[in-house]
Amino acid sequence: MAGQEQPRQAPGFDQLDPFNLRKAQSCIHCGLCLEHCPTYRETGNEAASPRGRIYLMRAVAGGRMGMTQAFVDQMYLCLDCRACESACPSGVPYGQLVEAARGQIERNRRRPWWQSRLRQLVYAQLLPSPALLALAFWPARFYLALARRWPVERLLPSRLRALSELLPREIGAPFWPAHYQQVPAQGQARRRLAFFSGCVMSFALPDVHRVTLQVLARAGCAVETPPEQTCCGALAVHAGERGIARALARRNIAVFEKLGVDQVVVNSAGCGAMLKEYGELLARDHQYAERAHRFAHQVKDVSEVLFELPRPPMRPLPVKVAYDEPCHLQHGQRISAQPKQLLQEVPGLELVKLPGADRCCGSAGIYNLTQPAMSQRLLAQKVQAVQDSGAQVVATGNPGCILQIRRGLRQAGSPIPVVHPVELLDQAQRGT
Amino acid sequence: MDHTKLISDLIRVVGQGAVLYRPEELLVYEADGHTIDKAAPRAIVLPSSTEQVSQVLRYLHQTGIPFVPRGAGTGLSGGSLALENGVVVCTARMRRILEVDIPNLRAVVEPGVANIRLSQEVGHGYAYAPDPSSQAACSIGGNVAENSGGPHCLKHGFTTNHVLGVELVLPEGEVVMLGGKAEEYPGLDLRGFVIGSEGTLGVVTKVMVRLVRVPEAVKTLLAVFDTVDSATRTVSDIIAAGVIPSALEMMDHVVIQAVERSPVAAGYPLDAAAVLLIELDGPPEGFDWEMAQVREICQRHQAREVRVAKDDKERALLWRGRKHAIGAVGALATAFYTQDGVIPRKRLPELLALVADVAKRYQLTIGNVFHAGDGNLHPLIVYDANDGDAPRRVQQAGGEIMAACVAAGGSLSGEHGIGLEKREYMPLLFSGADLAAMAQARAAFNPDGRCNPGKVFPTSTGCGEVGAITKPGVLPAVA
Ligand SMILES: Cc1cc2nc3c(=O)[nH]c(=O)nc-3n(C[C@H](O)[C@H](O)[C@H](O)COP(=O)(O)OP(=O)(O)OC[C@H]3O[C@@H](n4cnc5c(N)ncnc54)[C@H](O)[C@@H]3O)c2cc1C
Ligand code: SF4
Ligand code: SF4
Repeated sequence: MAGQEQPRQAPGFDQLDPFNLRKAQSCIHCGLCLEHCPTYRETGNEAASPRGRIYLMRAVAGGRMGMTQAFVDQMYLCLDCRACESACPSGVPYGQLVEAARGQIERNRRRPWWQSRLRQLVYAQLLPSPALLALAFWPARFYLALARRWPVERLLPSRLRALSELLPREIGAPFWPAHYQQVPAQGQARRRLAFFSGCVMSFALPDVHRVTLQVLARAGCAVETPPEQTCCGALAVHAGERGIARALARRNIAVFEKLGVDQVVVNSAGCGAMLKEYGELLARDHQYAERAHRFAHQVKDVSEVLFELPRPPMRPLPVKVAYDEPCHLQHGQRISAQPKQLLQEVPGLELVKLPGADRCCGSAGIYNLTQPAMSQRLLAQKVQAVQDSGAQVVATGNPGCILQIRRGLRQAGSPIPVVHPVELLDQAQRGT
Repeated sequence: MDHTKLISDLIRVVGQGAVLYRPEELLVYEADGHTIDKAAPRAIVLPSSTEQVSQVLRYLHQTGIPFVPRGAGTGLSGGSLALENGVVVCTARMRRILEVDIPNLRAVVEPGVANIRLSQEVGHGYAYAPDPSSQAACSIGGNVAENSGGPHCLKHGFTTNHVLGVELVLPEGEVVMLGGKAEEYPGLDLRGFVIGSEGTLGVVTKVMVRLVRVPEAVKTLLAVFDTVDSATRTVSDIIAAGVIPSALEMMDHVVIQAVERSPVAAGYPLDAAAVLLIELDGPPEGFDWEMAQVREICQRHQAREVRVAKDDKERALLWRGRKHAIGAVGALATAFYTQDGVIPRKRLPELLALVADVAKRYQLTIGNVFHAGDGNLHPLIVYDANDGDAPRRVQQAGGEIMAACVAAGGSLSGEHGIGLEKREYMPLLFSGADLAAMAQARAAFNPDGRCNPGKVFPTSTGCGEVGAITKPGVLPAVA
């Protein structure tokens, strides 16, 4: 226990971006969320549970303790998966609370200079810039070509290896929004939509974007993809970099407002959940608060949009599919029935039962890089469940989960592919 | 004893990561579902096996350190608080279902298994019957310790009716088996003694439970009333008519508001004074008669509406509100305190009137959500956690209600246990000789009182003094 900090000497919460104690106090300590929390189930530690974490936040907010290392550890061991939110009968907005607490941590605790610099670089410069991302993915492709031939992965330091394992083995050409500014509807045009393409996904899973536009077009949507859009800011918010996230949010709002469409469609659960929370993120920005709310209401997951539209003809796709619920879709946006229903309607497609489909796979943004041990434990359970389910394909609507589960299955030597649900719809519609 | 040595010794038994001792970690164990009283432990141990529990208890015995068992910490009477700065022995890592034996209708589980998980994993039309409203989280070990009930215990019985045997580690580390997998054992029923003993006899490390067939047919009704009185009279009349519903639950106006404003909204009418949730189950034959009876009685008492759930989905929705009613009070206020008195059913109307009067006098909001069929009240006092004076008023109000329940020929607690919270009220119900007999029986298992000290039995000091019984935590106390 040597070197332990004195709880009260660590910095407390500031008033710059005030922590909403009232919201934290809507937690009445009933404990009904406990079993839903992956980190509690794994550790049995109440401090690693939603109720415990909220209790700690309240203790800091009330001046009982400061933001000690143990506090920081628990805030970052949290996956921000928000399973606890769905479970909570009192409606405690846990995601907002933990994100605010991380903001407090990043503003008030000092990190080593290189870490602060790296965070700035990644969240404020790399992710928002397609050009830099393209540059970053260039060596990645080169590296993958190498890795396909030689076991270079083993030579990497562990963090980099984890990153490398997450890369898909084959990456298609990047998705450049400028090439898809206007995609017309096929047949009768029913809706005009804008497409949010985000940051990393355009490089890591570019084909999912292309397929999404196709599927939307077949459903009668004319889709615009504004090239000036930028990263949604979710990764920044998860990392407590709220200032950076706000800047990105303002830019996205301004860009999409100009298009004058009714809906903004997104195919990444993580981005969708973030975009839908712009209202909260910018609540104290007088210029943007209202616009942010309006924008947030326009955002729709691709499954929500497709669900409302007539289905194009499909050919049979006889395959057993395990649907895995992305946390930021089922908990963050409360969407679960629509994607499953869409898949179920594909002739020949059989949805198999995937026990624990509602449990986090350990991807959680970049959690798999920052908390590799916990992430691996959750991933191992997911992989086991998939293998026991008898599924031939896994479908899940979030890029992080796709990459994470792919990596897990690959490590386990399983050939089961992991795809986005729209890819299966596309296949059935094309009949190939 | 030297704290650092204690921690490193415990780590030697259960391993790194299974002993929690940082001040922040101790802090989160200072309360359970009952938040008025707080007491932080000096350490928390998370054993993974009976063997480890036994070694930990043996060590604590040798060093003379008090301890308290803890499951999920959803208890509502402060039962798992570590008084006397003891060590918490928590079962959160003992969560294996060891055996499911459907032909013989029984299962063996570790104590940390969450109640609902057992029924989920058994499946195939079988289940574990006791269904406390906290079942999504509470542990089977905690259920055993509290002899927990639930909405369906009216017909199907409490925990004690569904536990065949327990493996118990005594406070000195010895492992004993009380009862077992068979239906009946001769000799003293020590199994029955452990069930409901509130963690004062040792740590339960295995539970052999009975499984039941899920009823063939179920009907769920929601009856809506404009006065609380007519709802409670309906309850008495249903039972008097010889109908035994599998559940008969009441929620009043305040609770309806909480539920309907929360994410678990179930569609209860906001302007109703009370609703009854009535469930009938069994073979479909007897049903029509029972249904007709229930409907007729509801109408006789001017039920404004009687809604019958059309399918499983509607049924689940009606239950969702009731099952989460206590958890949903966060939609109304920032803290709650619930009472658990039991009264003869026919005194329900006057007791509820008294509760309303107490609420007015103490300027508190009190809702009622309860197992009406059992006469088991849960006056739910909601208050503002930031109001420094509230806990005092809340506990005094609670005390009056408890005294009234006992005076009406009832009891202090139906299912939440006495724990820390109600211990000073025990003399209302028991004579000195009664309590001494209980204490002697407890001492046979727990001779030096190190296992869950300060619970169930009254201390010599007066009645329900706020703050007098709790210790300051490791960190300074601020609301
Ligand atoms: C929202 C809500 C609704 C509730 N609804 C109901 C209800 O409908 N019916 C009902 O009966 N209760 C209800 N409760 C109360 C509570 O859930 C039960 O008392 C439950 O059995 C406690 O289980 P736990 O695992 O949380 O135990 P804890 O709170 O951890 O402990 C409770 C007591 O059991 C002892 N204990 C725990 N595990 C062991 C063990 N392995 N060996 C020995 N002693 C042990 C502890 O020392 C303590 O005294 C509710 C609580 C909440 C918060
Ligand atoms: S977060 Fe919700 S479910 Fe969890 S303890 Fe708090 S009120 Fe209960
Ligand atoms: S967000 Fe997920 S990991 Fe974090 S407390 Fe809630 S359930 Fe646990």
